[in-house]
Parts: sequence; structure tokens; C-alpha cells
Amino acid sequence: MAKKGDWVQIHSIVLQPGERSANLPQDTKRVPLEMWVKGRLLANAEPGCEAAVRTRTGRIERGTLVDEAPYFTHSFGGLVPEVLEIGDSVREILFGGEDA
Amino acid sequence: MRDMSYNGVMSRRNEIMRTAVGMDYSQFERGTIAFDYEAMMAATGYDIDELIRIQSLFSVGNTPIIELKNLTALARKCAPRGKGARIFVKDEASNPSGSFKARRSATSVYHAATHGYRGVIAATSGNYGAAVASHAAMAGLKCIVVQECYDSRGVGQPEIIEKARKCEALGAEVVQLTVGPELFYTFLKLLEETGYFNSSLYTPFGIAGIETLGYEIAQQFRAKLGRDPDAVVCTNAGGGNLTGTARGLRKAGCHAKLIGASVNLSGLHMASDTQFNRKSFTTGHTGFGVPFATNPDRSDVPRSAGRPLRYMDRYVTVAQGSVFYITECLASLEGLEKGPAGNTALAAAFRIAQDMDEDEIIVVQETEYTGAGKHINPQLWFARQNGIDIRFGDPSQEVPGESIVLPAHPSLLSVADVDMDHLRRSAIKNAVGSKLDELTPTDIRFLVEETNTDEAYVRAALDTLRGGVKA
Repeated sequence: MAKKGDWVQIHSIVLQPGERSANLPQDTKRVPLEMWVKGRLLANAEPGCEAAVRTRTGRIERGTLVDEAPYFTHSFGGLVPEVLEIGDSVREILFGGEDA
Repeated sequence: MRDMSYNGVMSRRNEIMRTAVGMDYSQFERGTIAFDYEAMMAATGYDIDELIRIQSLFSVGNTPIIELKNLTALARKCAPRGKGARIFVKDEASNPSGSFKARRSATSVYHAATHGYRGVIAATSGNYGAAVASHAAMAGLKCIVVQECYDSRGVGQPEIIEKARKCEALGAEVVQLTVGPELFYTFLKLLEETGYFNSSLYTPFGIAGIETLGYEIAQQFRAKLGRDPDAVVCTNAGGGNLTGTARGLRKAGCHAKLIGASVNLSGLHMASDTQFNRKSFTTGHTGFGVPFATNPDRSDVPRSAGRPLRYMDRYVTVAQGSVFYITECLASLEGLEKGPAGNTALAAAFRIAQDMDEDEIIVVQETEYTGAGKHINPQLWFARQNGIDIRFGDPSQEVPGESIVLPAHPSLLSVADVDMDHLRRSAIKNAVGSKLDELTPTDIRFLVEETNTDEAYVRAALDTLRGGVKA
């Protein structure tokens, strides 16, 4: 259980598929418009249950508790060998090889 | 009780905007479809000296001009003898928040702070969020950034996730949404709920802020080389970058050719949930560049201050793979590691320089910061994870959403010209709408200015719309 005051992320549905704008591609029209917001819990809450948070600007938002102590995991990705190859080839073209 | 439904909120958009920008746009409306653009720009009350002063309060501007001697040498190896203009870049990544967007935001946040707003809101998945968050932090204002971030699987573009991180690091609240233009609905609800200033990318405050960029380019070249550049290339998305830069160059009396450059994402629908993560650029692409050039008022303010067709001499597209390629060249040959999106114009300049004489000068007017997620490696890695075929070859063979073709040799890097005549005619058609038979002389003059053409051109385009002679 997450405690009152914990930093969490909540999720909510802004618009159900039937409420969405008329001018949308079919694939987008089929899915709801979803929203994620982070804030401090106003009361103890179970994961997957309704919760209210106070965001960093002081707003109150309600939604489903989806993450406790959320953090970023994006990275520089795995090896993309082509990147090395670009660097090596343009250096070769401009400055020549070791024997040049 | 206020109607908070989609239609209810959207029907209040003009009233919400009036409060949130503090500007009554209706005062600029003229004729049937026209509005007084220069009057709107003047309504900011800030001239170029004042803009420079405001930006200096936020330590924005005065970014270095760097000559890319090795990239120029590489371009000359691909060019006929005597060709290959000197390529320079303005290192806008040196602004506090890491991009030229700092210029756009500083004026806007300053205006909000001096007009009694307690906070600012911006709808952006890009560098602009970081800029607004940075300046809000400096000005002691609250800040909300609304992002289109995830597809319906909850998968987000690494580049956008990084922007969220940076905004949060600078103290902002980040509201993240799935794909769809109804982001505007959430944005309006937040403006209404908080009473914050709409720090839109497209207000006159934002665009006037970029004028200092063009102004600085002219002044720096005169000081450094004793002459003006021959061409300036701007990465083009919503049109503000090019518009502001062009206006600043003109204010300095510089008449360099203005070239817009966008990543070619043709065939991908920008509001498509399934295609959202099949593109490797989240900005600087044709999905924004073309619609915003031909219909600038589709933005989040009643009248956009970004109107690129008024200033653009040429508009080219480059393939995604070419931008990634030039980004790696910039690191490997110039020792400058920058974010890919801002290098769209650099890819174009590398090719365009090959058609120019050696003693000519071409300037790329921005760089952007790089970091986890927002970098050639994670973006290519993400593309590969999403099934995009990444290979070396001829970039003209790239199919957006299916492949990323890295040039097998620098001489293969190419640009494709966008048909300016087609853009201008589309812009006229969009501006006129259903009012074809109600146009006044003021409207005709407006269309001439909007398309940077003459009356004969506009009248011919209108005749075509009437089903008359095909021009």
C-alpha cells in the first residue's frame, strides 16, 4: 500500500473512444485518450485503486494509482553498430587511413 | 455548473484564450478573412532592444557561431570544383535550457510574470517545455507542460520521455497524454482551472523572442567576417523558428536567403496511434511543417504569429537517416555532440552548400542539447526495436515508418524541394475557406503578404479556386 504523502503516478481516461474528436484516424478513434500525472498521495491507497494526488503546482488530480516512486529509465539504448561505421567512414574519407 | 465535456470546453476556447494570453485577438481582424499581422506583433510592446534586454535577464542569447571546417571540407569532397560554401552553425544549445526555444520562452514568461500571472502552461513534447520550465523556475512561477507522449500500449518516444524528465528536473508538472489532437482539450481545461498564462509557442511574445536569433546572426557575421551570410537554413515545424529568425535578419537589414528544412515523414499520419512510434523524429518534420505553413492558424492561439510562407524562399525535405548521419558527422568530425532534431537544417545545409560557391556562407541557425533518449543512438535503437529497417544505402529510398536509410557515402545525402507554388496555393485556399465571394481589397493584400507574392499571383490562385483557368 502506498502511504499518504508518497510520490506516485496516477492514470486516468480523459475521453472514451466514443467521446473523441471526429477527425481522427480509425486506429486512434478505437482507443481512449489517456493521461498520466504525478503527485503526492492525499490518502493511503492500494495500487490499481482510485487515488487523489496533489501535483507539483498544487492541483488535485484523481485517477488509478499505477506507479509508486516513479522514476525515469530511458537510456542511450543498445549498440547500434551503424553509428560507429558512420564515424569511421567519414574520418577515412576526410583524413585518410593510417598510411595516408 | 460549467460544461466540462469536450464540446463544452471547446466552445469556450476563445474566451479561455483571451484570459490566458491577455490579448483580444479580435482587435486585429480585418476585411473578411484578413488580420493585421504587424499590428499583432507590435502589440507585444517589445522592440528588438527590449527583447534583447529581457532575454539577457534569463541569460539567453549571445550564443556562439561556430565554423564547421571539417564538415565544409567533406561537403567540398562531394561537390564540383569551386563549389562548397562555408558552413557555420549557431550553437543555440548553449542557451540555459539547451535550445533556441529559450528565446521563445523568455519573452513569454517575462510577460506572464510582469502581468500578474502565477504560472505558465505550455503544450509541447519538445525542447520548448524545458525552456518554459527553466524560465518559470527563474521567475518564480509555477509551470505545467502538457505532452503527447505515449501510444495506446503506453510506449513513449525516448526523446519525449527525456523532455518530461528535464521539465520535471526544472520543477514543472508534466501532464502526459496518449496520441491525439484532443490534447488541446486537456490544455484548455488546465488553463481554465489554473488561470495560468498560455505560454503558447505561437503567441507574438514567443515569435518576437526568436527575432533576436536572426538579429544576432547578422551582427555576429558582420563583426566576425565583415559580411552577411548568403543563406540561413532553419529547421521548420510549426513555422515559428523560421518566422522569428527571418524577422530578426530583416530588422538587422540582412537579406540572406531563407531556407526551411524538415524531415520527410510523408505517408505517416500525425494523429495515428499505431504510427506514433514508427517515426523517429518528434518535431522538425513535414507532419508539422507542411500543415502549419499552409494553415498557420491551426495552432493553439486564434492567430499564429509563426507564418513561414511570408519569409521562406525555399523549402526542402531531408530523410530521417540523413539527419542521424549528419548528427554523427558533427560529433565525429567537429567534436560537437548535439541532439538530432535540431540538425535537420544541418543535413540540408550540407547538401545545399555543395551548390554554392566556396566563398559563400551558409548558416544553420540552431543546435539543441543531447542526452539519454534524445540522441542518435537511443533513437535509432528505439526505431530498430519497433521494427524499422535501418541500413546504409541511398537515402531517397527511405520509406518513413518502414525504413531509415543512412547515406552509404556523404555524396548520397540529398534534399528534395517542396513545391512552393503548391504550398502558396494551399495557403490561399485554406485562408479563404468558404468566403471566396466575400473577399475585399484588404483580404487580397493580406493574401499577397501571407504568400510573399503579388496581386496577380493571388488573383490567379483565386480564379483557380473558382474553377476558372488552371494556372
